[in-house]
Amino acid sequence: MSLFGKTPSFDFMGKRRLAEVLSVILIVVSFGSLFIRGLNFGIDFTGGVLLEVAYEGTADLAEIREVLTEAGFGTPLVQNFGTADEALIRLPPQENQDGGEIRDNVLGALQASDPTVELRRIEFVESQVGEDLTEQGSLAMLIALILIFIYVMLRFRWKFAAGAIAALVHDVVLLVGYFSVFGIGFDLTIVAAILATIGYSLNDTIVVFDRIRENFRIMRRGSAVDIINTSINQMLARTLITAVTTLLVLISLFVLGGEAVSGFALALIVGIVVGTYSSIYIASALALALDVSPADLMPVKREEVDELP
Amino acid sequence: MNRYPLWKNLLVAGVVLFGAIIAAPNLFGDDPALQITREDGAPLAAATIDVVTSALAAAEIEFLSTEVDGGAALVRFGNVESQLAASTVVREELPFHVVALTLAPRTPVLLSALGLQPMSLGLDLRGGVHFLYQVDLDTALTQYLQTFESDIRARLREAGIRNRVRVNGDFVEVPIVDREQLDAAGDIVYSLDPLLNISSATFDGDPGFRIALAPMQVTERQNFAIQQNTITLRNRVNELGVAEPVVQRQGIDRILVQLPGVQDPSQAERILGATATLEFRLVDTENDPFDAERRGRAPLNSILRFDTSGVPVLLRRDVIVSGDQLTDATFGYSQGQPAVFVRLNNQGANRMLEVTQANLNRMMAVLFIEEKPEIIERDGEQIMRTTREETVINQATIRGVFSSRFQITGVSPFEGQDLALMLRAGALATPIVKVEERTIGPSLGQDNIERGRNAVVLGFLLVVIFMTLYYRVFGLIANLALFANLVLIIALLSLLQASLTLPGIAGIVLTVGMAVDANVLIFERIREELRNGNSPQASIRAGYDKAFSTIADANITTLIAAVVLFAFGTGPVKGFAITLTLGIVTSMFTAIIGTRAVVNLIYGSRQVGSLSIGGQAAPA
Repeated sequence: MSLFGKTPSFDFMGKRRLAEVLSVILIVVSFGSLFIRGLNFGIDFTGGVLLEVAYEGTADLAEIREVLTEAGFGTPLVQNFGTADEALIRLPPQENQDGGEIRDNVLGALQASDPTVELRRIEFVESQVGEDLTEQGSLAMLIALILIFIYVMLRFRWKFAAGAIAALVHDVVLLVGYFSVFGIGFDLTIVAAILATIGYSLNDTIVVFDRIRENFRIMRRGSAVDIINTSINQMLARTLITAVTTLLVLISLFVLGGEAVSGFALALIVGIVVGTYSSIYIASALALALDVSPADLMPVKREEVDELP
Repeated sequence: MNRYPLWKNLLVAGVVLFGAIIAAPNLFGDDPALQITREDGAPLAAATIDVVTSALAAAEIEFLSTEVDGGAALVRFGNVESQLAASTVVREELPFHVVALTLAPRTPVLLSALGLQPMSLGLDLRGGVHFLYQVDLDTALTQYLQTFESDIRARLREAGIRNRVRVNGDFVEVPIVDREQLDAAGDIVYSLDPLLNISSATFDGDPGFRIALAPMQVTERQNFAIQQNTITLRNRVNELGVAEPVVQRQGIDRILVQLPGVQDPSQAERILGATATLEFRLVDTENDPFDAERRGRAPLNSILRFDTSGVPVLLRRDVIVSGDQLTDATFGYSQGQPAVFVRLNNQGANRMLEVTQANLNRMMAVLFIEEKPEIIERDGEQIMRTTREETVINQATIRGVFSSRFQITGVSPFEGQDLALMLRAGALATPIVKVEERTIGPSLGQDNIERGRNAVVLGFLLVVIFMTLYYRVFGLIANLALFANLVLIIALLSLLQASLTLPGIAGIVLTVGMAVDANVLIFERIREELRNGNSPQASIRAGYDKAFSTIADANITTLIAAVVLFAFGTGPVKGFAITLTLGIVTSMFTAIIGTRAVVNLIYGSRQVGSLSIGGQAAPA
């Protein structure tokens, strides 16, 4: 079996204007949504209380809401979680009560209305912890980007490093935008998913760059556009197959992993799609826009491995 | 010809075999179990296990097996229900023992003798409680300044210098009333500690000195406060009876506590979070406490407090003995009654002797003082405050003259155990406040394990099928490498004893998907070489060689992201980063060196007409 009988010859770079327009639109939408709607931050970031409860029989969401509102917990967010028997309850940060009291009081109120309730999980986070996490998360992402930039610069020179970083920023913006537009809960695991997407997308980008570098050496006469096009085409089968195998496992994680990891899996699924697209268009197109020449591609130090026949 | 030297083949076979052995303990699963140790840490008596088995037999609770290893006994059960039922029975049967719920791996003797263990599971997989505490460092510094304050006051008084020394914010202020004595005071203040920053100042017209801590002293003091709290928490956790607890510093001022298997976070929290101390006082029986409650005022020399059910009690103002004079408190039974056995230091013992001699047959009460830290908001800023709750938990008649050892009776077994625990753990030096709590019920943990396992199995199968269809024999070789990769990740996780969490499983799943990437790169390259008319052997060689630098570059950059994630992340993020990092490293080995060894064995040493790699057939 083979995706393409021979090396395909799609004119990727010829369509790059179209891709640029698409990306710009998506980025504008992402920023617009972030600006207007913001992110639906989970309690990891905002602080608050999260409870997962299970009932023998269907969980009556309306009643849970009523019971907790009456008990003075503000307006709780109650939704089904996994099955109809389970409910996820989110409370705003509670003043003057610590985690233990909240737990006992909430459970007491729920038990009074239905004694079959079982506490499956409770998370209680002070808002200050959330602030620290936001700070740490942003710092981690920044440091990762800087280190990656340095590594790619050492291996490929700066024009490609700029292309790679631009592709990563593009991916992160679109991914965060996706979470904002659809109002999906944004918690710590999503940050992990974004960083994993960075890793994956970068992987893809580097593979294409590597081929571009190699082809610049072999195809001395071709224009930069031709060389980049050829390289992307040569790697196209690999790019798609790796995306497929990764998506296969992510879909199984999404379907079987349960509510706790489905958000994470979904973030990665979107991330893989965006990352694959960006390593074809954004990274290469930016390198092209910066007017790459063979001189920009030679590594500072020649690698023995590359010299093998 | 493509042949690996013998040592390379042996290396591949050796690493995989070694990995398989280390990963083997994970195949056997585990049993719900009770871990029984003595409170004082001494080895178990030989008869203890017989007491347990006969008690379980009497209660008709079935168990699988018992084993005694050094100081601890382990009783295995077939299901969680009998484990829970048994814990109640055993706790009643064995006072002075810690009975902890745990999961005991079913590792065969052959493997456990080699020191091999299965992966340890994170809280989200096995259930348990996670607390994050914040240490109130401001209070720690104020307390430190107070030691200087009282030192200065004592020394100035000794020298007959009138002063109004006080702590004000970050400073100790030393106003001197009499200007004549300023120089003499200066000599004393400057001789305290050469590290202190001391400057002259004027306070409401009085000359004097302002003392501040040096930055080094501040850091030192903060570290000290955190270490002390960590140790205290660790002691309390140990007393709580938890198998494999985690107590560690996190960040600048936080302490992480994880208690696997704990199902009642309220009890854990009562013991971890509260600062408890006791005061022994005589009960004022001459006045009517109800009358005092009505008037809202206690008679002279008495204080009004309430007992656990809200009944007012009048206590003498003089404290006989306070908590810091307590050296030990244990729970046990005295003549069939639950009791807390208390021991006092010399000073406390002398005082107790005096009071009991003079007050035989009068009432003595125990006032339980709990200091609960809490965070409140003031002017938009979150500040920590400690509230003090005083409750009379016990009143008893003084039945004899005693000094350093006595017992408190009239408590329920439950209260008595809690009380003994808290007293023994001692007071916390610096207030701490809980800023995060996560409790995962045991059933959720079991669900998570199953879901994770199913996702890994399905994802793995899908990739295996896809690779076989697409790359034929080479696909099968890649699958072999993928399986070896999975074994190696599990082996490394078992070896490092890094906790496997749900995000960690997600990391493994992701690695399964991405690990084939290296093989996809190599195989696509080989196909390309074949299409260009190269011989199978040359194509194999070129495919592996040319793909190598690409694979290395791609993996190193991903590794950078994973390591940063590991360094900065906490909790779920860290779990994910660990498996991703391990997965990248092991996949490089299995996908490049591992598959090459197999390819060489199959095709390397003979004339090959074509390769079974799918796609176009290569010209012979």
